Amino acid sequence: MSDTQSEETGPAERQEPIPMMQRILDSPFLLLFLGVVVPTVLYTIWGVMEVASIPLAQ
Amino acid sequence: MTAETAVGTIGGRAAKFRTCQFTGLKVDTAAQTLIKVNAVAAVIFLLLGGVMGLLVALTRWPAVHLLPAELFYLVLTGHGANVLLFWIIFFEVAVLYFASAILLNSRLATPKLAWLAFLLMVAGAVLANVAVLRGESSVMFTSYPPLMAEPIFYLSLILFAVGTLIAVGIFFATLVIAKEEGTYEGSIPLVTFGALTAAIIAVFTLASGAIILIPTLLWSVGLISNIDPLLYKVVWWGMGHSSQQINVSAHVAIWYMIAALLVGAKPLSEKVSRTAFLMYILFLQLASAHHLLAEPGLDPSWKIVNTSYMMYLAVVGSMVHGLTVPGSIEAAQRRNGFDKGMFEWLRKAPWGHPAFSGMFLSLVMFGFIGGISGVVLGTEQLNVLMHNTLYVPGHFHGTVVAGTTLAFMAATYLVLPLIFQREIVWPTLAKWQPYLFGIGAGMISLFMMGAGTLGMPRRHWDITFSDAVIGYEPSAGAFLMMGLNGIGALLASVGGAVFILVVVGTVLFGKKVQSGHQLTFPLHAGGGKAASEYGSHATTKLPGTAVLVAIFFVSFVLYYFINWKYLSELWLFR
Amino acid sequence: MAVLPPEQRIWWKEPIEKVELVWVIIAVLWGFFMFGFMIAWHFIGEQNLSPEAYRILPSNYEAKVEAFAEEHTVGEEEGVPIVAPPPGGDAYMLGRTFDWWPILQLEKDQSYRFHISSVDLQHGFSLLPTNINIQIHPGYEHVITLTPTETGEFGIICNEYCGLGHHVMTGKIIVVDKKTADSGQSPVAVSKLADGEVTQ
Repeated sequence: MSDTQSEETGPAERQEPIPMMQRILDSPFLLLFLGVVVPTVLYTIWGVMEVASIPLAQ
Repeated sequence: MTAETAVGTIGGRAAKFRTCQFTGLKVDTAAQTLIKVNAVAAVIFLLLGGVMGLLVALTRWPAVHLLPAELFYLVLTGHGANVLLFWIIFFEVAVLYFASAILLNSRLATPKLAWLAFLLMVAGAVLANVAVLRGESSVMFTSYPPLMAEPIFYLSLILFAVGTLIAVGIFFATLVIAKEEGTYEGSIPLVTFGALTAAIIAVFTLASGAIILIPTLLWSVGLISNIDPLLYKVVWWGMGHSSQQINVSAHVAIWYMIAALLVGAKPLSEKVSRTAFLMYILFLQLASAHHLLAEPGLDPSWKIVNTSYMMYLAVVGSMVHGLTVPGSIEAAQRRNGFDKGMFEWLRKAPWGHPAFSGMFLSLVMFGFIGGISGVVLGTEQLNVLMHNTLYVPGHFHGTVVAGTTLAFMAATYLVLPLIFQREIVWPTLAKWQPYLFGIGAGMISLFMMGAGTLGMPRRHWDITFSDAVIGYEPSAGAFLMMGLNGIGALLASVGGAVFILVVVGTVLFGKKVQSGHQLTFPLHAGGGKAASEYGSHATTKLPGTAVLVAIFFVSFVLYYFINWKYLSELWLFR
Repeated sequence: MAVLPPEQRIWWKEPIEKVELVWVIIAVLWGFFMFGFMIAWHFIGEQNLSPEAYRILPSNYEAKVEAFAEEHTVGEEEGVPIVAPPPGGDAYMLGRTFDWWPILQLEKDQSYRFHISSVDLQHGFSLLPTNINIQIHPGYEHVITLTPTETGEFGIICNEYCGLGHHVMTGKIIVVDKKTADSGQSPVAVSKLADGEVTQ
């Protein structure tokens, strides 16, 4: 864990790479995409399909 | 307070900045003005919706029974729209601008568009009130078809939603600008991340609203012959419930902000707190299914996956915030020197500061009242015990009033000196306000939940059923609950009136905060920078918080199983 | 501090406090338990709302309920027929502005295929004081296998706003002992008896 930014005078490639999860949490538009797609699929689309598949009464 | 006014010419727009003397943050004056106008609009609609809420409570108080039926249903519709949408969302737009431009030391993207967004929102909100007051749109906040309102009602909501969507877009654009112009280093602050969570949920919310309200508008003008009531409900609640999840994200962000500014609290772990917000982003919106558990034809698998926010992962998010906010306060207070015993940190917390007391009451009541009841109400089978009873408003007054509204009120006590740069007038009154409002809101929630448990219906003018062909006599206990609810509503109204009085008084007559000014309600003595240097490693033992969450967990488990016991005593149905 | 960017460039690898970690684990396990319990109740519990439903024209549903009432009417109260379906058979009820129709007379511990729908707006079926609450949609016929477990008169009110008469929309289900029903006593008398009990 690099402590402070002031130490980082060396070239960027010498720094420890940022972990994947931190990079994901730092990407607002990826999060926006996930935050819209997950409920749209699990809630809205699945829900609408449930309603649409209700059979007709005899 | 205007220590210096710098003119920055970064990017496309020449932004004017001032530097805040208390926090050292650079403040874009255009953003500041927009925060002010949105906050002012919020408070105006709080006043309007609050008065309507009092009228509703006084009508449902059997001994008072104030309004005639027609007016009651009209006012109830107006109450829902004004407080559940307009007050909350205007304030949230202010929070979004603050958390992006101000906290990131950046200019706000396109203030002109932000003004357009504001005007659209004002137009929508005013038009909605006109529609409701005309008396032909008493369809309740939910406006379930085939019950039809005037076209202007749906149109007003669409206008408001479009305005909000623009504001949310400006938040995202500001994030991009701040990153490109390098106004901050590393990751965005946690509070901004919370605001980002709110903004993401807002996008899903507003998209759902557009998908369902536009066809409903066409139906009301006669261009579409039929709106399927069940389909409407599925999509509408994608907006109706998710809009309340925007609140949750926004007020949790505000808890973190107030704890940071007042006692120098630092999140125990960035990783855990941000992951908790990620659970909100992914799964919180699924809880829209809470409103569809008593519907025909939807499969239990859909109900269970959605109502549980995907195996309760979003609830885990809330439980984490419920620990980490008081935990970070405890850690900070112990560093501030209040380290004796289990609870000195809590006893010696700044309870006389309305921002702190409001925040902490909001945290406790959101967790114990709104949170627990929400999970119980949203349990697939348990829902049948309280669907559409007063338990439902009881629950959401615990989340939206005791939780969100109280947190927003608490935040206002920081917005006034820091953004409006006015010293709070009548500090003694301000000191008591969160307690008055908080206790009132807590009573409203609890007594409505109690009445709902006894089967008392929501949205109902006459529970004596005196004009019904086949009468029904609710129990005396239910009537008692309604009376107590009325008393709670009076108390909350006094608290709300004091809030509005203090805010309006401060904005109009508050002493200008000058350079070197000592605030009546001070921020943490070390200032923002000093507090930011505390590391999470310095806080190993949090016994007080551990006790608090243990009490919470035991209450949660007990209440959960009590309701299963109630359920098991019902008639059998499958 | 939460209003400033994190000080560490890489904060993902910061250690988690023990108290926080324990709480996260408890919360996750409790969440999984509650999730599992909803599924389990479908197997161990006797109160699960049926997903059985059909699309139907409101006018067709109304005709079905009227035919049902005509066949099984055993009495009348306030102009509303009291209908006693055969145990194990179909029982129909409709919600409309502003009543629940007809009055049903069921036997305790007998199960019925209980059909319910609306002919106009959405309504909230709320059986009191038992406190069973179900949303009723026009155009959807919901079928629930219902077994009353107590005798007496039960009120039905509407708890979904349905217009200005919403608060007078009521109905009734009468539950009688199997013995009483067999003894050939007139259901009206039974209902009067129960009425007396309620108003005492």
